[in-house]
Amino acid sequence: MISDPLLQQSSPVLEEGSDDDQLLRVSLGPQHPSTHGVFRMNVELDGETVVRLKPVFGYLHRNHEKIAEGQTYLSSMPFTDRLDYICPLTNNWAYAHAVEKLAGIEVPERAEYMRVITAELTRLINHTAFAGFFLGDMGAWGSALMYAFREREKILDLFEDLTGARMMSNFMRFGGCRNDLPDGWLERCRALVDNYEPFLDEMEMFLLGNEILIARTQDVGQLPKETLINGGITGPMLRAAGVAYDIRKVDPYGIYDRFDFKMPLGEKGDCYDRLMIRFLEMRESLKILKQAIKDIPEGDFIAPKAKIRGFKPPVGEAYGRIEGPKGELGFYLVSDGTPQPYRYRVRPPSFVNLTLLEEMCVGLDIADVVIILGSVDIVLGEVDR
Amino acid sequence: MKDAKHQEPAGKAGKWTIPGYGLLQGLFVSGRNMVESYYKKERCPVIQYPEEKADISPNFRNFPFLCYDGDRPETGLRCTACGICEKECPPQCIYIVMDRDENGKAKKRPKVFDIDISVCMNCGICAEVCPFDSIYMDGQYEMATDDRFEKLVLGLDRLAKSTDYHMQLRPKEATAVMEKRKAAEEKKKAAAAARAAKAKAAAEKKAKEAKEQAEKNADDAKGGTE
Repeated sequence: MISDPLLQQSSPVLEEGSDDDQLLRVSLGPQHPSTHGVFRMNVELDGETVVRLKPVFGYLHRNHEKIAEGQTYLSSMPFTDRLDYICPLTNNWAYAHAVEKLAGIEVPERAEYMRVITAELTRLINHTAFAGFFLGDMGAWGSALMYAFREREKILDLFEDLTGARMMSNFMRFGGCRNDLPDGWLERCRALVDNYEPFLDEMEMFLLGNEILIARTQDVGQLPKETLINGGITGPMLRAAGVAYDIRKVDPYGIYDRFDFKMPLGEKGDCYDRLMIRFLEMRESLKILKQAIKDIPEGDFIAPKAKIRGFKPPVGEAYGRIEGPKGELGFYLVSDGTPQPYRYRVRPPSFVNLTLLEEMCVGLDIADVVIILGSVDIVLGEVDR
Repeated sequence: MKDAKHQEPAGKAGKWTIPGYGLLQGLFVSGRNMVESYYKKERCPVIQYPEEKADISPNFRNFPFLCYDGDRPETGLRCTACGICEKECPPQCIYIVMDRDENGKAKKRPKVFDIDISVCMNCGICAEVCPFDSIYMDGQYEMATDDRFEKLVLGLDRLAKSTDYHMQLRPKEATAVMEKRKAAEEKKKAAAAARAAKAKAAAEKKAKEAKEQAEKNADDAKGGTE
């Protein structure tokens, strides 16, 4: 029996005057393979039906924000890799974007293109891995995840050649990127992008028509648009519900206004739409990648005036946000003119997207909870920071 | 959807067709994957470590090492123990003590240079901020040990590696650094030579002046006696 004051609330599912002691209280997690890390849900069940659900997190808290306030701006860059460790390069970009906004640094053309290429490759990684994990949550642990990871590994090989590490890239710098593209990298990247479309076709054929998948995900975990917007949900989860909100479109950063791509929108916002929207987004990412690889100019990969040692931004504050693969990823920085930030705050998309978990799950079966949690696409490194 | 500009048609996916057709499609895909994994490399890119090893990319980085010129690390170490890497290191895993002579004067080389690789997170910031081209990231990855404490703290004896090693590991970077250092040295030499020439000229001038003065004095003295 768990005595949690949070659980002593009313529930829309519970009948008037029913006996709370008859409910079954289950602690789902933290060491549970379906929770994507160390995440716990205190669930109250009436038979199989979820009556209340309270997420408990913080098991992976690493004090990232406070540590960042005690060290130089550059030293925080490798820590941002470890927020959302599936897609480090977008984290790097978000942080670099915030600092550039704070210090007013211009980024050279080539560096912008390099950022777009790496960020879209990261989106491919994230969404591909998502498809695998999502099927894993449904009990199809094996084939889908292996196919997804096989393709992900090919992109990670590219990242290793470029940044020196598969996942902990530490690649962006204030005013550009750390190093230039190695010889022959663009050709390999182009070959990968060309080969990705057949893989996506195959994956869609493999998954999206599957009757079991359709039966388990359609009409599961829907929420009205207003609730999603009020809850601050961003990213594919919001777009799956049909809300046209993509920061690359509504508040273009970098050079995203130059590319021709669409914003896929779902209809119902159930778990199936969330999976589908990610496949469609991958195709749009491939479009962006093709254009970027074609157009990338020669030139500096980092602004010549950018400082590595002794970087001190002027007094002020800035909020830089980008469209991460999981949603709006933002960094809020306050500078007091010293080499360390006065305040450093991360707005992690998977944390904010997780806040509506109870609303999505109440009234459904316990088996659906796992699928819904999977469809939110969380990474606990980012949720707990 | 209403907003046609953003809408991408979802296609036929997600609709029931003939019952069981989607399942058969999925089975076909996994069957093809299984069969092709026997003869297509892109279907099964597995490397049988440790019997075979993947090539390391030149950019690959692991724990840092210290570079020294010449044959002996005692004399050729480029590190001047300035402590910039120690300050910038995000997880604070570098520990440096400056070597001093008996009067307490800094010798500009490290007495102790420890890197705790159980803390190091291979970010490469130390290599990036080093102004003396001394610290670089290594490519060594087989570093498992049975000792949790001493063997995971790399001291100067294990960190110091020759420039040849660097050249072998990352030829492009090492060549660029060599050229840069050579140019800097030549510039320094030229500057020193110019300084020496200037000093020599000044000394000659001084000597000449002194000589003239002496002659003048002598003349004066001569005149005085007459």
